Amino acid sequence: VSAGAHVLPSGVARGPMEVGSVHAHAAALTEEPIGHGVAKRIVVAYGFWIFLISDIILFAALFATYAVLTDATAGGPSGRELFDLRIVAVETGCLLLSTVFCGIAGIGAQARHDRLYYGAMAATFVLGATFVAIELHEFATMIHEGAGPSRSAFLSGFFALIGCHGMHVTAGLLWLLTMMAQVRAKGWRADILRRLLCFALFWHTLDIIWVALFSLVYLVGVAP
Amino acid sequence: MTDAPAQGSRGLHGDIAPGDEIERHDISHAIRGYLIGLALATLLTGVSFYIARNTLVWEPSIPIALSVLAIAQMGVHLVFFLHITSGPDNINNVMALAFGLLIVMLLVFGSLWIMTHLSHNVMPMERIMQMQR
Repeated sequence: VSAGAHVLPSGVARGPMEVGSVHAHAAALTEEPIGHGVAKRIVVAYGFWIFLISDIILFAALFATYAVLTDATAGGPSGRELFDLRIVAVETGCLLLSTVFCGIAGIGAQARHDRLYYGAMAATFVLGATFVAIELHEFATMIHEGAGPSRSAFLSGFFALIGCHGMHVTAGLLWLLTMMAQVRAKGWRADILRRLLCFALFWHTLDIIWVALFSLVYLVGVAP
Repeated sequence: MTDAPAQGSRGLHGDIAPGDEIERHDISHAIRGYLIGLALATLLTGVSFYIARNTLVWEPSIPIALSVLAIAQMGVHLVFFLHITSGPDNINNVMALAFGLLIVMLLVFGSLWIMTHLSHNVMPMERIMQMQR
């Protein structure tokens, strides 16, 4: 079942989900039967947390590139002329609300409350999809106006940075649908709940990255 | 159980997964935490959008003010949405994050610092073009 199974002392009570050893604090953390599943929840989420931090570093590299190139407009349009703060405000609202609904979906999962889980996940999806749609529309408008990624170094940096975030959100939407389908097909299994925790971490982190992007790219870009 | 193993096991097995909450309240109580986070984040976002379009803040300091507000909002997200706290069960999560932030700061400020010096010390493109004539 798991790598830790061979250290299992004989005679330890086994839960129906996972085989494993008993941890003192296990019962305090989850209602699952005491077992290796609890420690594994920490290990899996921590590993995913380290991946997310490396993802944040990836965004920092793209952001540093953008910040260095903001003035390299090559005679083309600058952020002040291109950015529409009303669109950015709507995008920000969508992503912020979706991250709250994602958290509520996690609460629904912990409580094994089907309606709360599916409802909140659906709301998360709709808000996330709205965000991606608005961003694609913004990109299409800019490219149509001749301000595509090949226009200037500034715009290359902009499309790389914002586009990378948008691709992350799109991947997150696919993951979200997968998690709704997996809970439906497999039920509240410990491994499904671990994946759900990783998904929630991913989604919350994308919103944290968006906070940096709307503040330091869009708002600083148009500030007087 | 003696005191020493108890303290040792706290670091080893008393950890909590990033994203998990320690206290398990009822559903409405847990949702309230997210709503407090939403209110704080909305407030900070609103202030950011407001000062970016107004002359309320001294203009040259607006980027600094926006950075401070952004960092504050990231803190709100970390605490209320990701449940990263200063508690002993969160030390591993916080340490990983702190190391990540160190790399982020080195990357961003290092790049800006080097490239600013570079553009100060390199002759502008127009001058090079003139000399080649």
